[in-house]
Amino acid sequence: MAGVDIERLSETDWLVRLGDTVDAGLNAHVQQLATHLRASAPEGLVDIVPAYASVLLRGDAALATLPGEALPPPWRAVIDAMAVDAADTVAGREHRIPVCYGGEHGQDLAAVAGRLGLDADELVRRHTAAEYRVAMLGFAPGFTYLLGLDPALAVPRHDTPRTRVPAGSIGLAGAQTGVYPRALPGGWQLIGRTPLQLAPLDDPQRPCLLAPGDRVRFEAIGPAAFARLAAEQGDD
Amino acid sequence: MIEVLDSGLLSSLQDAGRQALAHFGIGRAGAADEPARCLANALVGNPADACAIEMTLRGATLRLHRDAWVALTGAPLPRARVGERPLPMWTNCHVEAGSVLELGPMRAGCRSYLAVSGGIDVAPRLGSRSTDLNAGFGAGPGRALKAGDRLPLGAPTIAPSPVRRRWSLDPRPWFDDPAPPPLRLLAGTHTGLLEPLARHALEHETFRVGADSNRVGVRLQGVPLALREALEMVSEGSVAGVMQLPPGGEPIILGVEHPVTGGYPRIAQLAAVDLPRLAQCRPGTGVRFHWIDREQARRALAERDRELDCLQRDVLRRLQEPA
Repeated sequence: MAGVDIERLSETDWLVRLGDTVDAGLNAHVQQLATHLRASAPEGLVDIVPAYASVLLRGDAALATLPGEALPPPWRAVIDAMAVDAADTVAGREHRIPVCYGGEHGQDLAAVAGRLGLDADELVRRHTAAEYRVAMLGFAPGFTYLLGLDPALAVPRHDTPRTRVPAGSIGLAGAQTGVYPRALPGGWQLIGRTPLQLAPLDDPQRPCLLAPGDRVRFEAIGPAAFARLAAEQGDD
Repeated sequence: MIEVLDSGLLSSLQDAGRQALAHFGIGRAGAADEPARCLANALVGNPADACAIEMTLRGATLRLHRDAWVALTGAPLPRARVGERPLPMWTNCHVEAGSVLELGPMRAGCRSYLAVSGGIDVAPRLGSRSTDLNAGFGAGPGRALKAGDRLPLGAPTIAPSPVRRRWSLDPRPWFDDPAPPPLRLLAGTHTGLLEPLARHALEHETFRVGADSNRVGVRLQGVPLALREALEMVSEGSVAGVMQLPPGGEPIILGVEHPVTGGYPRIAQLAAVDLPRLAQCRPGTGVRFHWIDREQARRALAERDRELDCLQRDVLRRLQEPA
């Protein structure tokens, strides 16, 4: 596979870098690589962690005996055998996520809309019009980074993060849309909130609702629907 | 059942940690000093992956509600007692139902482990009995232990006979060494971008372990470090042992609860053989570093693993000897 930089990050972990930018096309290649590795399951590969432009490959303890910097040969073989242009070979689910935008559930919506010269309804319309891809999860269990945001909606994050962002909040930062699975500190611009339980952490096969490679659309709901769905989930 | 009467400074349930969930942002957690936890389990006849209690700086006080074998490993606990009797470390002790273990403060180092025959038998959460304190979830109470917690014990798998030797993983007692050997670093992704003074400082200066160090990472205070040029990084996967350089200039070595992805420059890698020593870095103490290469790191780890394997086999053999 051309254009790939491989680094041994520890005795048992290797980082495969495809680039260094936040770009939907590049991330699609990352998801293809991750999907392919997961399906091939080469010996000793324990964790496959996609990020925006790279995949971290974590191996089992036995790999510590390998000398040098090179990837374990079984992993190398799988990567080299991969067809780069297989555009639809990304395993992933589709999700429609209900979001109550603005008001108490999206405290920054009005300010962000004002900053962008849009009215709040137009911002919501554009946010819900897009199809997003889960680029990666990181920072905390279930914290989801989505690509696909309308470029007209790009805003920087807050200078001073909030000490507590409500669970289920949808935030904007630069080209990214982020979803907070639980109450966490955070600096993203909060435009809405989903009542869904995003990271129940009970099923070892699927501890979080969203996984890398999944596709997501947001649907605007009102506060009453939010309250009803939240009650069904057993949330506050 | 074992009951927590006092949780010490910070105690939690830890086993070998979680795997294969990092793509959900769920990290490994597990014991910070993994060899110490393994040996504690070996000493009471538990399988290596049994769950133990990890304690930080000041040990817990616990009551056993059944007869059990217990073992203490890790940082020295010179005032550890069962009732009125001293409780020695690095060996196993039989304690009777109703006994109170009062473990007291650590004289040096940072983390100690208590294993009980049968293991702490809470239901696993996502495949492990470990607690991820930073992420706020785990098995059993799923948080730091507190007074009043009652933890189930599993059935012992072996009836230990007392092990008559004191075990220490490193023949040099590095908890006591006034000049502990430096922690070994390998080059990281961005080591080449360090200012020459910074690279020199890592090799020659003493850094102080920050008071806000924890299972997420050890923060190092001293000469502020810098790269020759600013680097805008995209978030990438991260692992324990990575030394990151945040904008303030104080490096952090990532620990077992590090966030799965990160965007700070990676200026070094702690050799895996020294991860247990990272776990024993006591806030306020000094730490020094030394650059080594991949081959030296590989050999040191292989030697350590051989020693650990030998110790565990020896313990098992002694446990199976007739009394």
